[in-house]
Amino acid sequence: LIFMRLLITNGHLIDPAEGQNSGKNVLIEDGRVSAWLSTWEQPPEDCQIIDAKGLVVAPGFIDMHVHLREPGQEHKETIASGAAAAVAGGWTAVCAMPNTTPVNDNAAITRYIIEQAERAGFANVFPIGAITKSSEGGELAEMGEMKAAGAVAVSDDGRPVPNAGIMLRAMQYAKDHGLPVVDHCEDKSLSAGGVMHEGKISLLLGLKGMPAIAEELDVIRDILLARETGAHIHIAHISTKNGVEAVRRAKNEGIPVTCEAAPHHFTLTDKDVIGYDTNFKMSPPLRSIEHLEAVIEGLRDGTIDAIATDHAPHHRDEKALEFDRAPFGITGLETAIGLAFSELVHKGIIDLPRLIELCSTKPAEIFKLKKRGTLKPGSIADVTILDPQEEWTYSNLESRSKSRNCPFNNRRFTGRAVMTIVGGRLVFDARRNHAGDRAVTTDA
Amino acid sequence: LGIRDLTAAEITGILDTAENFREINTREIKKVPTLRGKTVINLFFENSTRTRTSFELAAKRLSADAVNISVASSSLSKGETIIDTALNLDAMQPDCIVVRHGSAGVPHQLAKISKAAVINAGDGANEHPTQALLDAMTIREHKGKIEGLNVAIIGDILHSRVARSNIHLLTKLGANVKVAGPGTLVPSEIEHIAENNLLAASNVEEAISGADVVMILRIQRERQDSAYFPTLREYAIHYGLTNERLNLAKHDAIVLHPGPMNRGIEIASEVADSSRSLILDQVKYGLAVRMAVLYLATGGSPTH
Repeated sequence: LIFMRLLITNGHLIDPAEGQNSGKNVLIEDGRVSAWLSTWEQPPEDCQIIDAKGLVVAPGFIDMHVHLREPGQEHKETIASGAAAAVAGGWTAVCAMPNTTPVNDNAAITRYIIEQAERAGFANVFPIGAITKSSEGGELAEMGEMKAAGAVAVSDDGRPVPNAGIMLRAMQYAKDHGLPVVDHCEDKSLSAGGVMHEGKISLLLGLKGMPAIAEELDVIRDILLARETGAHIHIAHISTKNGVEAVRRAKNEGIPVTCEAAPHHFTLTDKDVIGYDTNFKMSPPLRSIEHLEAVIEGLRDGTIDAIATDHAPHHRDEKALEFDRAPFGITGLETAIGLAFSELVHKGIIDLPRLIELCSTKPAEIFKLKKRGTLKPGSIADVTILDPQEEWTYSNLESRSKSRNCPFNNRRFTGRAVMTIVGGRLVFDARRNHAGDRAVTTDA
Repeated sequence: LGIRDLTAAEITGILDTAENFREINTREIKKVPTLRGKTVINLFFENSTRTRTSFELAAKRLSADAVNISVASSSLSKGETIIDTALNLDAMQPDCIVVRHGSAGVPHQLAKISKAAVINAGDGANEHPTQALLDAMTIREHKGKIEGLNVAIIGDILHSRVARSNIHLLTKLGANVKVAGPGTLVPSEIEHIAENNLLAASNVEEAISGADVVMILRIQRERQDSAYFPTLREYAIHYGLTNERLNLAKHDAIVLHPGPMNRGIEIASEVADSSRSLILDQVKYGLAVRMAVLYLATGGSPTH
């Protein structure tokens, strides 16, 4: 493909990294942002025009936490289907957790994921490598090699390293290689066998609980290890009141800790589990209202750095089981931005620049993704174009994901990503429903 | 599906209907044509002698055609999902599916996709509604009422579906319920699962003191390896129902146990075999309750 010039006109450009929040036209040439033009400036000739009248133009959204299932579990999702779902949800990049089969614990698998993503051609895919070999919590994985192959962080997501001594060494070693360590905080000695948040509702339903303290204990452990090692710890999908509070205190003390929250943790509570629908089963579980309120407060006051989906596709046969036997996880790529608008922006909890910071600026900063998370001239032309007012209904029948395990089916939203541009190519346009195409060709 | 979603009036309606069915079980020919032509499937994913036999007899005495299906553990062991199982059974157009399963919520999942009425015969640690109904019937028979009674429920509250259904039923009908047992098995938040009338007592003695009804839960030995308490011996000494402990209750207090009993552990034999123990009455009323529930679930109206 020969790339021509692309001009996004009439839009409201918000780029928190540059303090930008006003009307600007964005000129893209050869996959890079080349200039911001004032509305009266004459654009160059031969531009493909994207009219963003009434829309918000933002640096491409980066989902720090997804499960793409490839290699090994392609019946749930492939890198291609996951990346297609990503751009349909407004994400120009996703960071793929290593719990594939086999586990992404070496450079060969890291490279394979990147190659498959390039072949698919939708979103950028940044692999996250394992902390330990096979994520078994024992020997360290080859972090340096994975970093060289393109990994942006390390994590044993879903199987957190239980041994504090090994975690300490992992953090020391990851720091050497400039890799943030992402931890799914759960002390499994406290949550073993649990299938939902432990509390009144789990007692009512007769389901085994996963107590909040299982997360809190591991968050506090990781913070102490980060203080000890100086390594950057990033807490995945934080879901508890005391967990958020621990991060808040640690940040005040200058400890290198960041964290993300998943949309379902600021939207749903354990009460939604009544009815035993397995699409409401995930880990960390939906918690009670006081935890949800703490997550929202963390998003508001800056304690929580990012919104990440924890997109976890499972085949319908796997989810059509008894509640306590069904696997944890829900899809989330296509509903996250609708939820963030409906539940946070339109309720006055955060403003638009903060939303963009949570979905783009901060994720790029945390995973050190150079020339991303901003649209300043010279950066890569990953752009998310938002319509804050569009009313729409999500139907999982139209999902680009291979899986349908979404608790937000048929939910109404106000606000969404309407166009997704990756590397200067328009790969999703809600109004033309272009997802599924490899790319939109220019009108040259 | 559970007592949780019923109102006090609905519960009373079922109990009154069951009273009417009791008489049938004392006749020489214990059969009425009420459910002739109806099909009942007893789908048991978990072993049970008492409950399954009770449901089967209840269906037969109402002239329904009853089929028993026992599935070893889960549908998963055959590679079939619970949804598949339900759809297959539904295709045979039964009028009623009675289901017992080791996982909480399975009857709710079945009910969502099945056209037949679904009756919960015990799901995991969630509910065992017909057990609570037969307990209530036993209590009504011996105490004449439920409202205002003091009821102690002793044992493994955390894992007990019998406890949950009884807590819902008794508190809705106005009894004062106290639960007690080892702290590992009686979470303090349990008090919040009922709207009122429910208290977690600090020890067994406190719960039993002044009780009209003492309900003993079965200790599931298979949970022993989870270390909720050190040994069965220690459990018997500190939490078992002995004559001394029972003497703290009212002099005419009755003792209930859902069975099967672990004699000498949660209940001393001298208590189990005393005249205060109504365990066989419970089994007897169980049949009438299940007849009532089958009748109502397949379209009958209360107190026919």
